[in-house]
Amino acid sequence: MPRKLRERAYKIILFASALTALLVIIMIGGFIFKEGMPVFSKYGLPQVLFGGKWQPSTQLYGLWPMIIGSIYLTVGALILGVPLGVLTAIFLAELAPKRLVALVIRPAIELLAGIPSVVYGLFGMVIVVPAIRALASKIPAYAEDPLLSSGYGIIAGSIILSIMILPTIINISEDAIRSVPAEYKEGSLALGATHWQTIYKVMIPAAGSGIIAAVILGMGRAIGETMAIIMVAGNAPIIPDSIFSSVRSLTGNIAIEMAYSSGEHTQALFATGIVLFVFIMIVNSFALRIIKRRVKNA
Amino acid sequence: MDNAQIKIHTKDLNLFYGDNQALKSVNIQVEEKRVTALIGPSGCGKSTFLKTLNRMNDLIPYVKIHGEIYLDNLNCYQDYDIVELRKRVGMVFQKPNPFPMSIYDNIAYGPRVHGLKAKAALHDIVERSLRKAALWEEVKDRLKHSALGLSGGQQQRLCIARVLAVEPEVVLMDEPTSALDPMATLKIEDLVQELKSNYTIIIVTHNMQQAARTSDRTAFFLHGEIVEYGATEKIFNVPKDKRTEDYITGRFG
Repeated sequence: MPRKLRERAYKIILFASALTALLVIIMIGGFIFKEGMPVFSKYGLPQVLFGGKWQPSTQLYGLWPMIIGSIYLTVGALILGVPLGVLTAIFLAELAPKRLVALVIRPAIELLAGIPSVVYGLFGMVIVVPAIRALASKIPAYAEDPLLSSGYGIIAGSIILSIMILPTIINISEDAIRSVPAEYKEGSLALGATHWQTIYKVMIPAAGSGIIAAVILGMGRAIGETMAIIMVAGNAPIIPDSIFSSVRSLTGNIAIEMAYSSGEHTQALFATGIVLFVFIMIVNSFALRIIKRRVKNA
Repeated sequence: MDNAQIKIHTKDLNLFYGDNQALKSVNIQVEEKRVTALIGPSGCGKSTFLKTLNRMNDLIPYVKIHGEIYLDNLNCYQDYDIVELRKRVGMVFQKPNPFPMSIYDNIAYGPRVHGLKAKAALHDIVERSLRKAALWEEVKDRLKHSALGLSGGQQQRLCIARVLAVEPEVVLMDEPTSALDPMATLKIEDLVQELKSNYTIIIVTHNMQQAARTSDRTAFFLHGEIVEYGATEKIFNVPKDKRTEDYITGRFG
C-alpha cells in the first residue's frame, strides 16, 4: 500500500511540475492581453499596429516603427549570423579535428551563449558603434543628421544580434548535419564527388529542415533580445529609411518607457507586449512544426 | 573465354586498423568483364579488401595500407587522382543508399558533380543508366518523385544505375542483396549477369548460392588472407584447401 501511494505521489508531483510551466505561460499571456487590449479597442487594431507615430504625450500609440525596427534588426542579424553560423556548423561537423573542437571551439561557443546580454551591449557601444560612426561620418548626406551618423542604429544592432544568435544556429545546425546518415556521404564520395561537393549537394540539403529550424530559433532569440539592443540601436521611434538609421525594437520600447509610464501609456506598452508575444508564438510554432516534420522523416 | 585481360591486381596488400591487421599480403588478379565473388565468414576482410579498391578506406582514421593495388597496371594509390579512380571504380553498398532527392537527380548526381550540365545529355544518361539497371520501365513515369518512395529492391537497382551513370569500368558490390527479399535478390543477380559483358564486377557475398550462381571466379577469404582463388566451378566442386571445403559445405562461417 505505501508503495502504491508513493507511486501516486510521484505522478502527482511530476504532473504538478509540468502544470506550473503551462500555468505561468497562461498567466503571463492573460495578464499582458488584459492590460494591453484596452488600447487596441480604444484606438482600433489598424491604428495601433500600422500607426507611424509613437508619441505617448499626445496619445499617439502607433507601433509600426517598432514593428519595422524589430524586423529590420532581426533580418539584419540573420543575414550576418546565418551564413557564419551554418558555415561554422559545417566546419565543426565535417572538418575540424575532434580535439580542437572539444578543447577550444565548443567551450568558446558555450561561453558565447553564456555571456550576459548587457556585456554584448557594452562591447557594441565601445567597439561596434564608434566604428560605424566613423563610417557614417564619411557619407556626406548622413554626416549632419544625428539619427544617421551617431553609429547607433540598425547596423550596430544587427551585428551584435548576429553574434548573440550564433550559438543557437551553430549548435542546432551542427546537430542536423551530424544526423545525416553516413550512407549518403559514402554514396556520394564513392561516385567520385569531392568532400565539398558531398557537403553542399547532399549533406546540407539532407540537413535542410534542421538548419531551417536553427534559423527560426535564432530568429526567435533575436526578436526577443532587449538589453543589448537598447544599448546600441539608438532607440528613436522612427521608421528607418537607411541601415545607418537609429531604430527602436518592440522589446526596447517596453523596457525604455515602462519605468516612467502611467495610465494609457502603460497600457500601450502592454499592447507592444501583445504584438511581441504573437510574433514569438508564430516563430516558435513554425520552428516546432519543422522540427516535428524532421523527426517524422528520420 | 580463358584469355581474359587482368583489370585489377594487387601485390602483397596489407591493411591495418590501428594495430589490428585486417588484410595479410593479399595477391589477386581480377579479370576484366568477369564477375569475381569474394566469400568468407564475417570479419575475414573481404569487405575491407573491396573498399581498398576504390579507396573508401581513406575515410576511416588510423588505417594503414602497405602493398600495391593496380588498375590497368597503374597504381591506385599513386598514379590516380582519387576522384578519377572512383569514377572508374564505382561502388554499390550493402544497404541501398539513394540520396533524399528525386529519382532523376539521384542518377544525374554523378554526371553533374563531374561537370556535365547540358540537359539533353543528362536526360540521355539518366534513361540509359536506368535501362541498364532494368529499372526504367518501373520508374519512367515518376522520375521527379523521391527515390525514397521506391521499394528496397528498386532502391538498390537505382543505386546501381547511379553508379553506371558515371560510366565506370569496375563495379564493386558489397553484399548488395543482403537487405533484400528473394525476388529482389534474383533481379539483382540477373542484372549482374547482364552487366558483366561491359563491366568488371567484384561482388562480396555471404550467400554461397549467390556466389555460385553469379560469379566466374571466386576468392575465399579467411582471417585477412586469400585461402583459395580460382574458377567458381572449381572452388565449389573441387576445392583444393580443406578450409574452403569446410566453409562452402557450411561447416563454419
